[in-house]
Amino acid sequence: MFGLDKKDTSLLIIVAIITLLAPFILNPFPEGSAMAQFNAGYPDLMQRFVIFGIFAVGFNILFGLTGYLSFGHAAFLGVGSYACVWMFKLLGYNILPGILLSLVVSGIFALGIGYVSLRRSGIYFSILTLAFAQMSFALAYSVLSNPKFNLTNGETGLQVYTDDPQVLMGPNSPTVPNLFGLEMNATYKLELGPWLFQFNAGYYFCAIVMLLVVYLAIRIFRSPFGLMLRAVKSNQQRMGYTGLNTRPYTLAAFVISGMYAGLAGGLMASMDPLAGAERMQWTASGEVVLMTILGGAGTLIGPILGAGFIKYFENIFSKINDNVLHQWFAFMPDWMENAMVFIVHPFIGKGWHLTLGLLFMLVVIFLPGGLVEGGQKLMRWIRGDRRKKKAAEKAKSTTTTEPAE
Amino acid sequence: MGILDIKDVSKRFGGLQALSDVTLSVKENSVHAIIGPNGAGKSTLLNCLVGKLIPDTGSVMFDGKSVLGRSPYEINQMGISRVFQTPEIFGDLTVLENMMIPCFASRDGAFELNALSQFMKQRDVLETAEAMLVDMNMADKRGMHAASMSRGDKRRLEIGMCLSQNPRLLLLDEPTAGMARADTNNTIDLLKEIKEKRDITIAIIEHDMHVVFSLADRITVLAQGTPLVEDDPQNIRGNPKVREAYLGESA
Ligand SMILES: Nc1ncnc2c1ncn2[C@@H]1O[C@H](COP(=O)(O)OP(=O)(O)O)[C@@H](O)[C@H]1O
Ligand SMILES: [Mg+2]
Repeated sequence: MFGLDKKDTSLLIIVAIITLLAPFILNPFPEGSAMAQFNAGYPDLMQRFVIFGIFAVGFNILFGLTGYLSFGHAAFLGVGSYACVWMFKLLGYNILPGILLSLVVSGIFALGIGYVSLRRSGIYFSILTLAFAQMSFALAYSVLSNPKFNLTNGETGLQVYTDDPQVLMGPNSPTVPNLFGLEMNATYKLELGPWLFQFNAGYYFCAIVMLLVVYLAIRIFRSPFGLMLRAVKSNQQRMGYTGLNTRPYTLAAFVISGMYAGLAGGLMASMDPLAGAERMQWTASGEVVLMTILGGAGTLIGPILGAGFIKYFENIFSKINDNVLHQWFAFMPDWMENAMVFIVHPFIGKGWHLTLGLLFMLVVIFLPGGLVEGGQKLMRWIRGDRRKKKAAEKAKSTTTTEPAE
Repeated sequence: MGILDIKDVSKRFGGLQALSDVTLSVKENSVHAIIGPNGAGKSTLLNCLVGKLIPDTGSVMFDGKSVLGRSPYEINQMGISRVFQTPEIFGDLTVLENMMIPCFASRDGAFELNALSQFMKQRDVLETAEAMLVDMNMADKRGMHAASMSRGDKRRLEIGMCLSQNPRLLLLDEPTAGMARADTNNTIDLLKEIKEKRDITIAIIEHDMHVVFSLADRITVLAQGTPLVEDDPQNIRGNPKVREAYLGESA
């Protein structure tokens, strides 16, 4: 009943294999080919896939299980980033202390904000979290950045300067974020014919962290604690009349998901030692909501899919420009080519938000369970198809063998 | 003095006086039925007992302690469980999961720092929940989504959930409404059995007179927010005032 069942284990193994082979899977097109712009297997983007995956998986522990919709989770991400960069400034570029502090600080933040916000439910809860996140943004952007007390470095963003203490740095320590000497931006490039595959230390570090926290999330889903959270979503009144105070459960879920966000923020800073207030803005909070719903709220794998989907669009579609379009439609007569470019133009480049919005609408209307539901439907369809084929073959073989009997 | 003492409880909704000066005492280890026409205020009275509503005036004492001002979960922890008129269950969960929630509640919830005691608790909860499903004749439905069951089954599940907590006072709001005859009889038998085996007090609101007369030790008739009479079942049966108020007959 509790703990991982066979399906969960195989899901986890599949996710592990995909993540570890991602540099191959995401770079299917040869370098220099026309399709190469659809390759997503470069370190920067792959890191973002897993970091936002962690963010969304954590968000889903709150939203997917309890139904409490937070509109302020980016605050925890931002706090995590600031905490991590401060460790770089004070101690040095080893990422471990930074990530640990991200977890602690975001946990404390989530405890405070959750304690107040969870006094209300529904839309009021959402508004409270949004208000807290916007206050955090204002604090980071201006209030906590003045010459007397500069915690966030305001608009410029917090970064490491050469005159920072960095007390744990020796003369030979690397001057980029590293894990006991393993530099996060170290990349091994493998050329196979026209193909180029990149294996980046930072990506693999984030990927392993993601696998660990996904495992933890599955454990939470399948625990008595997870059962209580699902019960809160289903009928909070009943919980009360059954003698259960729901506050400790929802608060624990809130803090855990806040710490996931803080971890994501710490990892972000570890990949690129910089923290800016814009990471806390409401658009960033909204993005993780989209990711989770797009992938499938309340499912184990959905949030990761949603995060990957949105980050892919943000980075790939936004790079397509009119020149590329003209190349694509070059085989058409000129007038048609121009017409096509004219039609497609609003959906690419800066218009990628439009495409994403349309896709989001389609998913929410036709697949309320998100991409995961889409996948399940597809699997059922394929399986059903095969079963039909098998049945047909069987019928055929029996009819042909019958006369011989 | 009973285990439950309701004194001068009044509740007003806008212009409607739903309860006026209700005084009622439920004796320990008895079955007390509350009957009365629709809109008499029966459900409202129960709402005042479990912390869903706070009465405008009056006092509600359970086992010598006031329940007013306490939140629903605290009142439940005092030993009061309630079955609602419209089933209140966890629709998104399976039947077995539904049954496990009260079992966890009776064991201080789901948190447990020690892994061994967590393991023991889980095993214990699972066993109790499965046993209760067998008692309720629902073992075959254990994997079903609770929301997809019939109304009668939902109510049986809810009764089972409340019973699994071993409450000292069980409040039942029309428990057999929407049940098939056979299930109604099963429920009567189950409640009779529970009553004999355990130290439990039951307050039951019911329209089905067959159920009322097979279970109740004492009956209160409520009409327009006030208790009309309180008496033993055999006396209620022949009481002309009751027939007039409740059955709409003139004696
Ligand atoms: N929350 C409420 N707000 C306003 N009126 C209510 C509320 N609850 C019950 N009432 C009214 O109080 C009266 C008694 O209702 P109720 O206690 O449900 O009756 P019964 O259970 O005896 O059929 C009804 O007229 C009902 O409409
Ligand atoms: Mg009623």
